[in-house]
Amino acid sequence: MPKSNSSDVADVIVVGAGVVGAACAHYAARSGLSVTVVDRGPVAGGTTGAGEGNLLVSDKGPGPELELALLSTRLWREMEDGIPAASEYEPKGGLVVASSGAAMDALRTFAAAQATAGVTAHEIPADGLREREPHLAPDLAGGFHYPQDAQVQPALAAARLLRASGARVRTGSEVTAVLTGPAGEVRGVRTPGGDLHAPYVVNAAGTWGGELARLAGTDLPVLPRRGFVLVTEPLPRVVRHKVYAADYVADVASDSAALQTSAVVEGTPAGPVLIGASRERVGFDRTLSVEALRRLARGATALFPVLAGVRATRTYAGFRPYLPDHLPAIGADPRVPGLLHACGHEGAGIGLAPATGLVIARLLTGGEPPLDVKPFDPGRFTAAA
Amino acid sequence: MPRSASEPYDLAVLGAGPAGLAGAVAASEAGLSVALLDSSGQTGGQYFRHPAPALRARRPHALHHDWPAFARLRRRLEAGTTDHFGAHHVWTVTREGDDAWTVHALTGADGDGERPVRIPARAVLLATGSSERHLPFPGWTLPGVVAAGGAQAMLKSGLVLPGRRIVVAGSGPLLLAVASSLAAAGADVPAVVEASGYLGYARHPRALATNPHKLLEAAVHGSALLRHRVRTLTRHAVTEAHGTDRVEAVTVTRLDRDWRPVPGTGRRIACDALAVGHGLIPQTELATTLGCATRRTPDGTAALALDDLQRTSVPGLWAAGETGGVGGWRLARVEGELAGLAVAAHLRGRPAPGGRARELRRRRDRLRAFADAMAAAHAPGPGWTGWLTDDTDVCRCEEVTAGRVREAAGDLGARDARTVKLLTRAGMGWCQGRMCAAAVACLAAAGTAEGTVPPSAERRPLAVPVPLGVLASEPE
Repeated sequence: MPKSNSSDVADVIVVGAGVVGAACAHYAARSGLSVTVVDRGPVAGGTTGAGEGNLLVSDKGPGPELELALLSTRLWREMEDGIPAASEYEPKGGLVVASSGAAMDALRTFAAAQATAGVTAHEIPADGLREREPHLAPDLAGGFHYPQDAQVQPALAAARLLRASGARVRTGSEVTAVLTGPAGEVRGVRTPGGDLHAPYVVNAAGTWGGELARLAGTDLPVLPRRGFVLVTEPLPRVVRHKVYAADYVADVASDSAALQTSAVVEGTPAGPVLIGASRERVGFDRTLSVEALRRLARGATALFPVLAGVRATRTYAGFRPYLPDHLPAIGADPRVPGLLHACGHEGAGIGLAPATGLVIARLLTGGEPPLDVKPFDPGRFTAAA
Repeated sequence: MPRSASEPYDLAVLGAGPAGLAGAVAASEAGLSVALLDSSGQTGGQYFRHPAPALRARRPHALHHDWPAFARLRRRLEAGTTDHFGAHHVWTVTREGDDAWTVHALTGADGDGERPVRIPARAVLLATGSSERHLPFPGWTLPGVVAAGGAQAMLKSGLVLPGRRIVVAGSGPLLLAVASSLAAAGADVPAVVEASGYLGYARHPRALATNPHKLLEAAVHGSALLRHRVRTLTRHAVTEAHGTDRVEAVTVTRLDRDWRPVPGTGRRIACDALAVGHGLIPQTELATTLGCATRRTPDGTAALALDDLQRTSVPGLWAAGETGGVGGWRLARVEGELAGLAVAAHLRGRPAPGGRARELRRRRDRLRAFADAMAAAHAPGPGWTGWLTDDTDVCRCEEVTAGRVREAAGDLGARDARTVKLLTRAGMGWCQGRMCAAAVACLAAAGTAEGTVPPSAERRPLAVPVPLGVLASEPE
């Protein structure tokens, strides 16, 4: 038997140093497992680093994703080791606004359904909006306040979770093969720096989760959905909540490949205002879309006219990893023993990371998952084929 | 040739410095319709910066040995049909199809004009020049500490001196030029502090021998410095600036071969200003946003990778001058002219230009070899981070200290400038990392096997800040 260096052996290897991988490492380590995290790039180098850090319940209707979000919301608050503070965790609440009476009616119905699933939402009449957000456009029909919505700085969150986990982190190390034993069971991964051994591999590779699945001899239909974020010069607090137009919810759930934009505006502790959210399916193309920026700027200035004179200093594109039914894959692969998936969170990975990590840790240690994981079964696509 | 407003220009030239001017003139004289854009209202770029007419300077060329060459180019430009768009700030360029581009610009002195401008063109020549490289040190944020090139620019455009007794420090050939201009304008320059040794040039005797004008330039600056009794200290650096409201003195310390400060060798020099710079960085963001490939220069910057005819890796985009690697105004002019001829040949469907172009290519190669030799001689050594204390601000916009960058690079696992930025906000402020990116990249790489990893080509999709109201009013 070849001798192996003890640093090359762990209980579990997590592929992906984004926020989902970091949360998996964090909860696995807290369950007593030794963890190695590998990533071909740096910490938070993929979707995590391009995200706004939304921890949202407001945009989700009743169903499995909302349950995951509600659990995550609690886990973010309860996290130890000073992680929330070091990640700029801010429970600032969301404000969803409607531009017409019809949109307000739809929002009211949506919020009522959410309430049955445990979401807190307060209706804000038109004349109450500016009390909460003094710079909002004057002609809106009303809105709902969601106190459970929060925000973190996603790259810091990933880095702090990884650091607290005590996991060995190998960045700049691309997985070139998944090692398997005689029965096809996972034995570890191959990297240019050498083989790493573990009986479990967690696929937290985000947008590249499909590629990793292929390396392991299975498949997972993860695809990228591009989004641009516009960032303004630093401002005093002109936007207090996460504020977005009611049509955002429809865009999130849409299957269209065409460009969709709905204004999502929020201030940050550091001063800049972040403006999302565009969605389009164009592969991994980073080319600047002036049309996407125009629509983001138009949406944001319609909600907050004061922003018209404010300058955008930068913009960046990110790729949300999505699966055909817009639910993540969390759990064991049906074909490759020892392979678990934790990817495909689309634009909600920052928010859903802790619950995902906790589920993975429970599955690794044979414990009871904290919620029903059937809807996230990675095998659901294979079964349908 | 008259053209209608909706018809695209044959060529849009971005930047009206020596490269852009030469490119616009060559293309226009070859019969192309040309739009020349620059953020300044004047042509000339950084090198031929000169006072605004309102200042009524009698001899704007007093600080330029090469003024006649610029004046000739300017006359040719004015005699031709090129449309000059001064005070246009290009914020991005988008590709609309084969041989079809749109240049997006803001107008007004600070880009605060109301109206977004779109200029369609069949080809684009990027001649966006370079910006100064800054390496921080304790006290570098004190008033009175100015960029070396910035001090020269102030002198050229406003005939203003940053102080009366000015230490010039950093590295690169610009320092001697800055010191001699400052001294000639009446400043007392107690020392020029150069971190490298000029002996580095001796390793490239061929590049020196084939570029005699460079020796002449050095001799001109050298004799000016002698005349003004300016001391040159090589293998030394300003490792700290002292003062409360303003710089009052600097500590100058000897460096070893790797630019590590040698303990116990520091001494104070009194001054009321410090002009400091560590060479120039190619300004490539418009090009890298469009996917143009870059190459690493011998002094660790990222420059556009160009072929023999100044083409970038993206068809339809050409580049000339410092965007393809810093090399001085003569090289920029040669490359600009070559690019102009190459674009004309391409749009006419003709083979690569010969004759004049062959001669230009020869001159370019010779000048480029010299530029690379200079770059290698002045490349920052990895030891410079030794003069940073943990509380030295590295990113001035976001007030991120060296200590926090080191924590991100150590404890939090950042190994590159982008990750440090995500974790500390260094480089996220107003200047978008133009000041600190080089320093942050060095600090991030300090703990890695690679040592000093070059800064990756910056991605800045918005080359200048754009008001949201202007973005929102873009036509659909």
